[in-house]
Order: sequence, then C-alpha cells, then structure tokens
Amino acid sequence: MSEPQVHTLVATVQDHPGVLTRVASLFRRRGFNIASLAVGHSEEPGYSRMTIAVEGSADEVSQCEKQLYKLIEVDSVRNLTGTAAIICELALIKIRVSARSDELDKVTRNHGGEIVDRSESSMIVQMPGDQKRVDQFLDVISGHPDAWLIEEISRTGAIAMARGSTHGRNG
Amino acid sequence: MSSTNGRSTNVVNTDSQIARSGGDVVCDAILEAGVDVVFGMPGGASLPFYDALYRYQDRIRHVLIRHEQAAGFAANGYARATGKVGVATSTSGPGATNLVTCMANDMMDSVGVVYITGQVARPAIGSDAFQETDITGISIPVTKHSYLVLDVDDLPRVMKEAFYIASSGRPGPVHVDIPKDVFVETTTCTAPQSLDLRGYITPTAGDAALVARAAEVINAADRPIIMAGHGIDISGAAEQLFALATRGNIPVVSTLHGVGTFPETHPLSFGMLGMHGLAYANFAMGKTDCIIGLGTRFDDRAVGKVEEFGPDAKVVHIDVDPAEIGKVLATDVPIVGDLKMTLERLLPLINHHDRKAWFSQLDSWRGRHRSLDIPESPESVLPQEVVRAIYEVSGGDARVIADVGQNQMWAAQHFWYEKPRMFFSAGGLGPMGYALPAAMGVKLADDRRDVWCVTGDGGLLINIQEFNTLAAEGINLKVAILNNAHLGMIRQWQEFFYEGRYMGAYLDNPDFAAVAKSFGLHGVGATTREEMNSAIEMAHAHDGPVVLDLHVDQVENVYPMIVPGTGVASVIEDPR
Ligand SMILES: Cc1ncc(C[n+]2csc(CCOP(=O)(O)OP(=O)(O)O)c2C)c(N)n1
Repeated sequence: MSEPQVHTLVATVQDHPGVLTRVASLFRRRGFNIASLAVGHSEEPGYSRMTIAVEGSADEVSQCEKQLYKLIEVDSVRNLTGTAAIICELALIKIRVSARSDELDKVTRNHGGEIVDRSESSMIVQMPGDQKRVDQFLDVISGHPDAWLIEEISRTGAIAMARGSTHGRNG
Repeated sequence: MSSTNGRSTNVVNTDSQIARSGGDVVCDAILEAGVDVVFGMPGGASLPFYDALYRYQDRIRHVLIRHEQAAGFAANGYARATGKVGVATSTSGPGATNLVTCMANDMMDSVGVVYITGQVARPAIGSDAFQETDITGISIPVTKHSYLVLDVDDLPRVMKEAFYIASSGRPGPVHVDIPKDVFVETTTCTAPQSLDLRGYITPTAGDAALVARAAEVINAADRPIIMAGHGIDISGAAEQLFALATRGNIPVVSTLHGVGTFPETHPLSFGMLGMHGLAYANFAMGKTDCIIGLGTRFDDRAVGKVEEFGPDAKVVHIDVDPAEIGKVLATDVPIVGDLKMTLERLLPLINHHDRKAWFSQLDSWRGRHRSLDIPESPESVLPQEVVRAIYEVSGGDARVIADVGQNQMWAAQHFWYEKPRMFFSAGGLGPMGYALPAAMGVKLADDRRDVWCVTGDGGLLINIQEFNTLAAEGINLKVAILNNAHLGMIRQWQEFFYEGRYMGAYLDNPDFAAVAKSFGLHGVGATTREEMNSAIEMAHAHDGPVVLDLHVDQVENVYPMIVPGTGVASVIEDPR
C-alpha cells in the first residue's frame, strides 16, 4: 500500500440533475475522502466536467476511479496525479484592515493576486493559483505584523487539465 | 436520478402519429423485453399504470403480492430463473419504500430487476404531498441506475435504457419513478433504435495477451483451483467452466452463488467454500498455488481471513466488473471481460496435467474431513435430513430456493446441484423473508421443474402473507419449513460466541400447518422421521401448493464453521 496523498481526478459527466448527488453518494458510502469538488460546463453541450481532489493511497484511489466509472452518467475519468497537468483554484479572501492598505496591496501583488473590493475597513483579495500558493498567501496574511484579520475565505476547490492537446486522446 | 430533459435522443414518430399513454409505453417496453409477469401492488400514484395493465392483461400477467417486498423478491426469482429481467411495481411513498430492501438485494447479488414506482403528479412534487417520498433520492445507493421521468416523451427511451442497463454487463436493479400524470399523458415518441449510453461499456472477451498470461500461470501451477462464482451463471459459462476444469484437470470449488455451476457429483468438484463451506474446500484454498477466480467478488464470507487465503497462490481473476479486480486480493493476472467469451479464448491454451500430489492431498482431506456426514439422531429429525429427503424425492432435479440462516447453509450443503439456476439464495444482503416470494417468481418464470422453498420458521414469518398470493394464484410451490422454534443462526452464534446467553433467539411459533390451511393451502405438520418422509413424498406428488411444517431438532448447528476473523486451520467441525 502506498502512502495516502491527494489525487486529482477529472471526470466528464452528463449534465443531469442528480449527477452530483450520485457522485457524492458514492464517495460517502465507500468512505472515500473528498478534499474538494468543483463542477462546471465542459466544451461539449450536455456534459459537465468535475474535478475531484480525493485523499487516499494509490489502491484506494484506483478503486474510487473504477467505482466512479460504474456510474452510468460518468463518461470518462482520468487521474491527473503525477502527470503533466495544470491544477489550480481561485480563492476570495476578505481581510479587515485599519490603515496602511498599501502594504496589503504589495503583498497581494507579490503573490499574484488582485484586490477586487475595497471598503473603509476591509478588502477582498482574489487569489488564483495552485493550492500551495493560496495557502502560502494565507500564511503570510495571518502572520503579518500588521495583524490583519482574515474575516472570510471562500475557495473554489481545484480544477485541473492535462497539458498538451486533447486531440486524439479519449476524455 | 437522471433528468429526462437531457440529450434529445427521443424519436418522434411523426409518420404513424400513434399516441400512446405513459402507462402503455411502460407495458410495451415490458413486452419488448420479453417479460410476461409483473409483480406489484397498486396505489393512488400508480393507478393510471394499472389501467394500462388492465388493457394489457392478455399479454402481461399481473401478480398481486401482499407486501411490496414480496414483489421485489419475486421479480428477483423470476430474473434469476430465466436470465431475463424481472419487473416489480408499487405506488409512491410507502409502496416504494417497501421496495428498497429488494433493490439493495439485487444490487448485492447482481440481479437485473426493473422497478416501476408511481410518484405524485408533477405539480405536487416537492410539496410534501400525500404519499410523496423522494424515492429516487433513496434508491441511488442501492441501484445500478435510476430515473425520475418528468416528460412523457422521454419515457420510451428511458424504459428501453432501463431494461438494457438492468440486464447487460454486471446486471443490477434499475429504478424508474414515474409521476401519476406522466402515466396519463400521451406521446408519439418511440425509443431510439440504438441507445446513446456513452461511457457505459458492455463487456467483450478479455484481453488476449492477459489471457495468454493466465494460461501460462495455470499451466505452470502444481496446485491450482478454480473458484466458481455467480458470474458463471450470469454469463452462461457453465459449459466453458466444465471444459476448463476437465481439460486442465483442475479441481473446482464454488461460492454460495456458484453452487451448481459445476456438477457437484463430479470427481473434480470439491464443493462450496467459505464460512460454512466444506472443510476440504477451505483447506484447498489455504494450500493452492494458483487461484482461478471466475465471476466472483471474493466476498468476505467466502474468503475469510485474506492473509490465509491462498497465501502462496498466484491469482488469476476474470470478472466483468473492473472494480472487483484487486478489491480484495492482490491479483497477478487481472482480466476484465465477459466470462464466457474470455473462457472460450483461454480454453485452447490450457494443457492437461496429472497433478497427482495435489489430488492425493485433496482426496485425503476429503476422506478425513467428512463435512457432509449427517450424525445419527434417534430423538429428533435433523434439518439436514429434510434437505436430503427433498434431494431424494426429486431425484435432484428440483429447484431449491433457500431463505437466510442455518436453513440456507443446509440447503446449499446437503443437496447436490448439477446445473446452474437450480439453487437460489440471497447471499449478499441476506434478507430473511426472501425464499417464499423468490420461489414464487422462480416457479412463475419456469413451470417445468418442481420448486422447493426451504425456509426457517423466522424467515417464513417475515413474508408469510404471501401464502395468500400462493393460494390466489395457485402457484405450485412446495414450502418446507425447517421449524426449529428458534432464529437458528442467531441461537448458534449466541451458543458459540456469547456463552449461551440467548437473547431474542426463541420463537413462539404458531401452528404453521393450520395457518397454511386458513390461507386455503394444503398444510401438513410432521414431527417424526416417518411423518417427515411421507409429508415430503406427499408434497412431491401433490399437484398444487403445499406447506410442510417440519419440526426438526431445535439446537442443531451448522458445521463446519470458520469463525470470522480466523483462518481455515481453526475450523470448527461437527464434534459428533
Ligand atoms: C431481515 C433480516 N433480519 C435479521 C437478520 C439476521 N438474521 C440472520 S439469520 C437469522 C435467523 C434466521 O432464523 P430462521 O429464519 O428461523 O432460520 P434458521 O437459522 O433457524 O434456519 C437472523 C435473525 C437477517 N438476516 N435478515
């Protein structure tokens, strides 16, 4: 048995109400641990793409892929872990600030984020990137000597895509 | 559940302009699937469907069961006896929830049943209307697939998909929930010629290179053994199994559901393995150097302690479901495919070997561990004797449907099944109350053979209301109650593992023969060996349903037994 780690699965599924319930039900009843799940339209009408970050050993995740595949509305499943793939997410972070917001501007820019809302006492940072980058940014904010206070965090969970052309490849 | 507004694969039949009601669409789909019996009970939400069944009554037989659970189990029996799909129907709410156990049972045992449930009319959905239940929400984890049909134009396609999905690949239950007004509305749509089920792959023969590798491993083995599972029966591969065993000179053990897929009186048969399997079958699994698992999911009741199950064995596993391969055992040669087609490919590559040492080892175990000897019992009739008597009187040519518990194990052990589809039992879910309704389904599916329902007293009581269906429909079943005045298997576990602290094990039974009589059935009680034998002979000869209340030893245990969590070495054998 290999060490547990987070695997990134990308599934193409029929765009039906209830598909999400089926997938969630499968994960729950077989005891697979979802770290995150993101779903949205794909390039093909009638089909959605789900990115599921699941925690487990290689054997467990392989079983998870096979079980997913058994759902009639699941068209294909790929495990992008360890392959050349882009895996990223988006986070919105609301931070309470007193004065000196220039410093927060700088830190945000340095991490590749953007300030998308400013009010008198707070700012919303939009931070794209892989999970590590978002986590690092959050660490910097909470550890900053200016004692910024994170009021709210909302993260999309990872979405993923294999590098290179899809042409001639299934799923 | 599946939306029904998804892809526009519905075919509008503009030429004929034949408009059919939703109810008629369902009936036509049932006929198209070659099914001629529907088991069910009507209710408000399904009344329009019953109106269609009224119109189709010359072609579809509706059997009114007395509890929806019996409809599902009967449909399961019908499906298993024929290889066709079974159909069960209920109304919304309580009717539908009564079917959930049956769905779970089909799912565990890979049996193709289509469930048609009525739902409240579309405008009422989501309003907590009378008898509204989110039944497709409930059925997701216990079905292979499910639909809530919100547009009658989708219904022809959905019904065709439902029967196809239920019967193809690894079969399983498919649930179609239909609102009352969808049964009523009409459509000119017909099902598409070919279904667009992208991502649903129907199996073919296993990969040729892997099959060649399997042959190498098998041919090189000194102590191979075939483990025959339910998949043999499902894919119709009994002939190929026989050819593999005899050509390669390979012994065969079977799982509970594999019983009969290889003739049990054949010298290469070493019986059933598992918790209550024959001691020598389990010893063989401990010492084999090559397990050939065919259409089996290596269920824990069959395997026991994984570390002691073929610890030195290479594993060749052929199954239709990729998710079963590697799930329990590390597999050396994993082959996904239809068993029959895959075995056809494997057979020419198999060589004959003497395997003298292996067979002499197996035969010496078989000689020393006489798991099927029945002890002398001067005081009382032993339940095993009942099963033997049924075997004798039927010449081994009866179908036996067992319930759950001790009776199930004795029925599997003490009757020699020579063909597939002769022994039926709900091995995966193990729901008491299965046998009587399932036996009704088996008998209605195929009248050519005698059908014996072998049940415990406890399990019978769970669906005893079906005596009424038996009588009303005149279903020619023989019911043998192994009446031990206990939930026998519970009593046995409390004796073995709870130092005889019996709690909830005793049954204060009614006079079952009198109960049967009150339902209009031929009921007979028996206490002595002579009474038992003559009752069984009478039941065999009688043309019509018979219920035998057979008072057997109250404290007989099932042997051998491998205590869960221990290995074959610590098997408990009959001390007598
Ligand atoms: C619906 C259901 N409830 C409970 C059980 C647990 N259980 C397994 S065997 C058994 C006893 C069965 O007793 P009986 O039907 O009299 O058969 P016997 O074991 O005596 O042959 C019970 C209660 C079950 N399998 N199914």
